[in-house]
Amino acid sequence: MAHIELRNITKTFGANTALRGLDLEVADGQFFVLLGETGAGKTTTLRIVAGLERPTGGSVLIDGVDVGDWSAAERDVALVLQQYSLYPRYTVRENLEFPLKSKIRRVEPDEIRARVERAAKTLRIEHLLDRKTDLLSGGEMQRVSIGRAIVRKPRVFLMDEPLSALDAKLREALRTELKNLQMNLGATFLFVTHDQVEAMSMGDRIGVLDRGRLVQVGTPAEIYTSPKNTFVARSVGSPPINLIDGAIRDGRAVAEAGFALPVPARGEAGTDRPLIFGVRPEDLLIERDAPAEARVHDVENYGVEKVVTLRVGDMLLRATTSARQQLDIDAPVRFSWRPDKVLLFDRADGTSLRQ
Amino acid sequence: MPAVTSRAQRAAHPIAIVAIAAATLIFLAPILWIASTAFKPRAIATSVPPTVVFTPEVTPFVKLFTKRVQLKEPPTPEAYEAAPWWEKTILDGGERVLRVGDDVQLSQYPNRFLNSLIVAVISTVLAVGMGTFTAYGFSRFKMAGEADLLFFILSTRMLPPIVVAIPMFLMYRTFGLTDTHVGLIILYTAFNLSFSVWLMKGFIDEIPKEYEEAALVDGYSRLEAFFKIVLPEAATGIAATAVFCFITAWNEYAFALILTNRRAQTAPPFIPSQIGSGLPEWTVIAAGTLLFLLPVAIFTFALRNHLLRGVTFGAIRK
Repeated sequence: MAHIELRNITKTFGANTALRGLDLEVADGQFFVLLGETGAGKTTTLRIVAGLERPTGGSVLIDGVDVGDWSAAERDVALVLQQYSLYPRYTVRENLEFPLKSKIRRVEPDEIRARVERAAKTLRIEHLLDRKTDLLSGGEMQRVSIGRAIVRKPRVFLMDEPLSALDAKLREALRTELKNLQMNLGATFLFVTHDQVEAMSMGDRIGVLDRGRLVQVGTPAEIYTSPKNTFVARSVGSPPINLIDGAIRDGRAVAEAGFALPVPARGEAGTDRPLIFGVRPEDLLIERDAPAEARVHDVENYGVEKVVTLRVGDMLLRATTSARQQLDIDAPVRFSWRPDKVLLFDRADGTSLRQ
Repeated sequence: MPAVTSRAQRAAHPIAIVAIAAATLIFLAPILWIASTAFKPRAIATSVPPTVVFTPEVTPFVKLFTKRVQLKEPPTPEAYEAAPWWEKTILDGGERVLRVGDDVQLSQYPNRFLNSLIVAVISTVLAVGMGTFTAYGFSRFKMAGEADLLFFILSTRMLPPIVVAIPMFLMYRTFGLTDTHVGLIILYTAFNLSFSVWLMKGFIDEIPKEYEEAALVDGYSRLEAFFKIVLPEAATGIAATAVFCFITAWNEYAFALILTNRRAQTAPPFIPSQIGSGLPEWTVIAAGTLLFLLPVAIFTFALRNHLLRGVTFGAIRK
């Protein structure tokens, strides 16, 4: 297993800049998730680590060695993709054997068989070994794909949205499985996704990418509770964080939508400047005697909780509440927030005032 | 092949069967005509109305493959008895097969046929091989002026070939390439190459590059990935391209006529030259034409599964 470091990586495709001065470090045995929208540069980063793409500038280090001139084969990394990941025409067994039959590895036939059996057992695909890959379901395909990565005992696992093409239930199951697998193998994972649930639930660390720049790196908890800016704040959390334009005035937090709430902790820092208040749905409270009033716009019942959309003027706010709470559409309710949980952002550039 | 089966099932409607049978008959009529003429006795070959029912004979084929001379007098009964069965049909017609010592003298046809095979097969292999590599390069790598280069390659097909016939003839004469196999092979390869590049590029573009990249990461070189992953996926395209190239090379007439006359002459210019000055031997020409049709028919038939299979790839989920 290995330690990966990217130093000042820049990548341009013609006139487009995919990555700008990216610095990234993945520790040995870490599950690192790169989170970002389509086009943020996640896949490009992964391909640069794999050696499928050459960076325009900067260097890639694996275990402290600059691998800039190494081919993909020499880097000894494994890649799992969202689709097209299995070799067609081959059976599952042949797919699993393929990386071991490479000339640069020279694995003995007995060892190949043993490793394939072991990987198949780990991933519970033993019964599929002699099947052609076009007869597999999506989940089975991705299992085989992961299997093809683990038979090799690579230095690093690179995963490019491996779960995105699967249906919700399967995605959830494989998420847990993959995380367990990573922990059991003690492997270094660089995992790319646009799905914040995957990032939050699997990652030891998350790196948030925005248009080719790494905005913030931290543990899921850090990313969730102290985002560096509104972009990071928006990219994790479901339902998403409420971002409310307002200002601190006369010892109260005044929203432009027309309500005032208690000043957040350290709110004095933002006196007399245009702000954005960031409050997560679980920190927005629906209470009888709360200071602000809204109408119920919409209610989604998820069983364990309800997501309530509140309407104040023309602004919509989301709050989570107990599934047992009875709420009628268009009924007036009173609400407040947990002042110590409210985040303050500068409205001009969206950066957090906590930093 | 579910797609093919379902098409066959849809065609099972009786009216459709009748319509298809009628169309097939109309399209195949000329070939049936040639086939029947190739087995007809000479006397009824050009009868009007055409004779449909007759006793087939192989005389035209024997004549096609041998050199013969007119008999001045009928053969002696002993000589007739001693002759092999195929020679008797010649003797019956008042001719005998030319021999040197005991060796039957072959006509030029088998040699011309062999020339056609050599030239068509080698030029097809070269055009498809080079075309596949070139197409792979165009498909997978970014390069400056890619579109212009591709257009340039295609533009070699825009000139009507006959326009360059005279310059080609002069060039070939200078380089000593007239009437050589190499000369025709170079010409046909060049002729088919642009077509092969374009067709193969289309097929290779359809193969997701993720497959090769997976192989690269799995520890294979680009060349190994090409042979292990891309080539099997491109088999359908290669088969289709090979059929087209082979047909073009096999049927080419104009340049073969101008650039070859003896040693490297192919069948297309040779067959009509047999008509000669005397009474044309239609049955022999029909026999020669029928045999000439076979290689393309066999080749296409052998690759039909690839041609029908279309471009479908196993493990893709879209």
